[in-house]
Amino acid sequence: MDDLLARTAPLGIRPLPAMARFMLQARPATLAGVPLGIVLPPACRATEAGGRAALWLGPGAYLLRTTPADGPALAAALEQALAGQAHALVEVSDRLTALELAGEEAAAVLNAGCPLDLDLAACPVGFCARSVLGKAGILLWRTGAARFLLEIERSFTPYVHGFLAEAGREFGG
Amino acid sequence: MSQALRTAEGGRIDRANPLGFSFDGRSYRGFAGDTLASALLANGVHLLARSFKYHRPRGLLTAGSDEPNALVELARDAARCTPNLRATQIELYEGLRARSQNRTPSLAFDLGAVNDRLAPLLPAGFYYKTFMWPKAAWKRLYEPSIRAMAGLGRAPTRPDPDRYAQRYAHCDVLVVGSGPAGLAAALAAAESGARVILCDEQAAFGGTLLAEDEARIEGGSAEAFRAASLATLAAAPRVRLLARTTAFGYFPHNMVGLAERITDHLAAPDPRLPRERLWQVRAREVVLATGAHERPLVFPENDRPGIMLAEAARVYLTRYGVRPGTRAVLATAHDGAYRTALALHRAGVEIAAIADLRGTAGGAWPAAARDAGLPVRLSTTILGTTGRRRVARVDLARLDADGRCGVVEPVPCDLLLMSGGFTPSVHLFSQSRGRLRFDDTLQAYLPDTPAERTHVAGACRGLVALADVLADGYAAGAAAAQAAGCNRAPSARPFPVTARESPAGGMLGALPGNRPGARAFVDFQNDVTAKDLALATREGFRSIEHIKRYTTTGMATDQGKSSNMNALGIVADALGSPIPAIGLTTFRMPYTPTSFGIFAGAARGDLFEPLRMTPMHAQAAALGAVFEDVGQWKRARYFPRAGEDMAAAVARECRAVRSACGLFDASTLGKIEIVGPDAATFLERLYVNAWHRLPSGRCRYGLLLREDGFIFDDGVIGRLATDRFHVTTTTGGIGRVLAMMEDYRQTEWPELDVWLTATTEQWAVLALQGPRAKDILAPLVEAVDLAAMTHMSLAEGRIAGVPLRLFRVSFTGEMGFEVNVPASAGAAVWEALMAAGAACGLTPYGTEAMHVLRAEKGYLVIGQDTDGTVSPDDAGLGRMVARGKPDFIGKRALEAMAARPAGGRQHLVGLLSETPAQVLEEGAQIVAETDGARLGHVTSAYYSPTLGRAIALAMVRDGRARLGERLRVALPEAPAREGHAVRVVAPVFYDPEGARLDG
Amino acid sequence: MLLIHCPWCGPRAEIEFSYAGPAQLRRDGALEDLLYLRDNPKGRHEERWRHAHGCGQFFATARDTVSDFFLPPPVAKP
Repeated sequence: MDDLLARTAPLGIRPLPAMARFMLQARPATLAGVPLGIVLPPACRATEAGGRAALWLGPGAYLLRTTPADGPALAAALEQALAGQAHALVEVSDRLTALELAGEEAAAVLNAGCPLDLDLAACPVGFCARSVLGKAGILLWRTGAARFLLEIERSFTPYVHGFLAEAGREFGG
Repeated sequence: MSQALRTAEGGRIDRANPLGFSFDGRSYRGFAGDTLASALLANGVHLLARSFKYHRPRGLLTAGSDEPNALVELARDAARCTPNLRATQIELYEGLRARSQNRTPSLAFDLGAVNDRLAPLLPAGFYYKTFMWPKAAWKRLYEPSIRAMAGLGRAPTRPDPDRYAQRYAHCDVLVVGSGPAGLAAALAAAESGARVILCDEQAAFGGTLLAEDEARIEGGSAEAFRAASLATLAAAPRVRLLARTTAFGYFPHNMVGLAERITDHLAAPDPRLPRERLWQVRAREVVLATGAHERPLVFPENDRPGIMLAEAARVYLTRYGVRPGTRAVLATAHDGAYRTALALHRAGVEIAAIADLRGTAGGAWPAAARDAGLPVRLSTTILGTTGRRRVARVDLARLDADGRCGVVEPVPCDLLLMSGGFTPSVHLFSQSRGRLRFDDTLQAYLPDTPAERTHVAGACRGLVALADVLADGYAAGAAAAQAAGCNRAPSARPFPVTARESPAGGMLGALPGNRPGARAFVDFQNDVTAKDLALATREGFRSIEHIKRYTTTGMATDQGKSSNMNALGIVADALGSPIPAIGLTTFRMPYTPTSFGIFAGAARGDLFEPLRMTPMHAQAAALGAVFEDVGQWKRARYFPRAGEDMAAAVARECRAVRSACGLFDASTLGKIEIVGPDAATFLERLYVNAWHRLPSGRCRYGLLLREDGFIFDDGVIGRLATDRFHVTTTTGGIGRVLAMMEDYRQTEWPELDVWLTATTEQWAVLALQGPRAKDILAPLVEAVDLAAMTHMSLAEGRIAGVPLRLFRVSFTGEMGFEVNVPASAGAAVWEALMAAGAACGLTPYGTEAMHVLRAEKGYLVIGQDTDGTVSPDDAGLGRMVARGKPDFIGKRALEAMAARPAGGRQHLVGLLSETPAQVLEEGAQIVAETDGARLGHVTSAYYSPTLGRAIALAMVRDGRARLGERLRVALPEAPAREGHAVRVVAPVFYDPEGARLDG
Repeated sequence: MLLIHCPWCGPRAEIEFSYAGPAQLRRDGALEDLLYLRDNPKGRHEERWRHAHGCGQFFATARDTVSDFFLPPPVAKP
């Protein structure tokens, strides 16, 4: 396992710090009608403001991210806003780990195992989607022209790291 | 003597860069830019291979990827060894080492050549008709001998050390082939603003332009046009150029597979580079500009070394500066051979004769050849050739008006060039399920109606004149870009071309004048002759699909590139049918052979599969755990101390759990948080149990069926609040349970307000099981009234400073707790518990002990004791099905089962071996002692340290009616009715009242 | 690899999806039919897919079993 992580190449594969994460699900109409204090994005997009981010996962399903310190406040604010409305808010802070892939060849490295069209026209900054990377599922968020944030199920992290490092080797890893 | 056949100047090779290489151990010299084929030819080496079946000496037939003969083995070292590579596609590098194949002991003296003598015994399909007597001889003599002599190339014996990459790519227009049509198409598409990928199997782009030394395009040379076009494309930001990249497969929805060769042409590749890459390209539109393959002529002994295609010879001369021989005869039905004759003549090769099968040859090239004084013989056929390791003589004969052969006219030569015309390459179009139509004028199958979004341009759709090809390609590229949604139209480009009139002609089938006893080869790689095809039709095969498979024509690694059409012509003649009535077999991927590596990609070694570890993996490893694979997870199986084998470790772990306390990592079990006002209703409809009245803070063991009434999964479900449940599943079942739940939630019951969130990896789960469990836990937990927690309850609080979900549940039958903490805290909490429990003898235990302990209690393991055909009643869990529930998954099937006559179903029972120490084998068959009737099988079997004897669980027909009965368990050393004697008992061996759950 | 149009996410590679059986299974007929009998048409097949490694939604669509092409647009209701 350590062997896999040690293969991280300097192509800019960077584990990101711990975050507070929540899955928010409800009927789309419910979420549209309630001031949530966080802008919910349209399909296949992410929005962020003031350190809080919302990633669209499916109709009426969002992954919310914020700093660990802000987590309880976010959860409380949401519960208050949705009080009396059918919804599901579940903490998944530890379920996922995040890493950042950056560099000129970031898209090419991702396309080694991910079938998404990562051209800027098809996948602009702010695009997010769940897909696969090799044999793992990932949540991909384009945070810059040459920068992606990946959310990975915790136990798949060494594999994803290893996969990206291997794919990046030819670019000077 | 080096490179006797190299011209003094000319060619695209780099004469300033000489290279050394070896073939069959002999050293030769060549130049950068050579292929192995051209370099060997330059050195006068014509004998390159022995054919597949008859082991006939063979040389180069072509200059390209359609080469059927010259398959060699290339080895960098003992592990980097590739057989069956076409010498025409191997780029020369310094130190290249190649070996011929299919010959023992050497190319020059091959024992396998005896097959050539035995040819009459070895026609097509011989293995269906001969070598049948005596019967025993087949297995011991014939088959091994035939196998030893068959096959092509030696498989490498060491693991492949090279790395292979893969890439998904998207584009608006994929152009396959970079000859004039492909280049023009790419230019047009690029100018339209499309995202373009242009690929070519060769190292250099340009296709036929690379050997075009006569035509002028847009006022300049073909080379100037080629270079300028490439410069434009290379500079275009949305164009990707892929050389050395073969489009090998056309898959549904415009996905095209490309195999890119990255390092094979380098003497010392950078180890960071992958050797090859698989591109999976999804193109909005595909332009196929795949050109055409020249056809050989089918006449007796047309396969000797030194007999090659006319255009190939011209390519060797023009591109590589190699004279393929010194005295040439050309045999042709196509004008193109005359162009070759002129080129060779200019380069100093003596042209002994141009034998044209046609009665007239009025084209521009034949006229030019006649003007140059070359000896042209019209209405002339070939009766045969001589020369064992190289052609030495061609026997020509004039054809009279009735097609009868005149007297034999032998012509000595060391080079025989043939041209039967050109076959448009429709492989990829055919793979895409596009429809072909036979064009009578061109005598060729041409692409007709595409099945995918495909455009076809140039020679692959029958165009020949360079001006036409360029214009056609440009139009196709523009149309493709348009169809892909690019609104910009490219500038008009007329491509004025000055060139001699394009060569025409061609024939299909065998030449007249076939000598009896002589073999005329059609498929060179599989050694299929015209006789074989005629034989197939005489034996009653009519469909081309049958003829192909019976004779194996077109089934070699070249997929009939140089043989399919001649085969069709021969069959058409034999059956007296027109070619379109015979049909054409489907081409299949790969267009040319690919390595296995590109399909494996990174999925090897560490990266073959994700290796999933729990948050406490390092702690277990530090304690010396032996791990086992459970799906993709690594789970600790047992924790051996010094000197312990598995049995000893498991015995100690089990005793520790039942006497003090054990610590078990249960993190891999699936978890789903089900939330919403209709959460309880949702569970009611899914599981067999009742959920509405389960109070918050209580758990229940849930049983999940499929609609067929059989057990699908199980797990403890705890209610956290009115609208919130913590559901667990088996480790292996989480994926399908979640999918099934989402299916019903979304499609069957969209009216319910309930949502599912996977939480398997959110929580680390540490199970404390044993009478001391509460003692160990109490000092560590906060905000939980541990004493008030009865069996099957749950509470939220904190432990060691982190959030805690605590379940009082047991899978061992002892008092038990499952400590759920956020995954990031799992390791720390494990350490805290181990420290806190040290004084009590807290013992880590693994999956093996876990299995033994639960089996002692008769607790089910889904997928081990059940196999998808076990109903709740079969498993003795019938009482779990809540009565009076309006509906739940499987209810209808259970009612149907109940309505059927009782008896005959297998029940879960326990088995005690009459020999107490005899541990049974899982899966072993159970038979009745009386008549040996098969009654069921053993599902779980262990040695129980708690009871000091072997125990087993089993599914047995009418098991509950057989309590106390003696049955036999078949094992390898004791089959059927002589099997081990066992007694059927209730499926619980320890503490049947469950008193120990309270400690 | 097929290209499948998810009603929410747009066209995606087949590898992101799992096949979810025929659409419009009849629950009002015989249990054996529901559980075990399936049509195998040559041509238009009404079927469901799940965008398992995507938005997770089930949807119904129609595919020609001979050409593998999906027939006019998928319906958002399963």
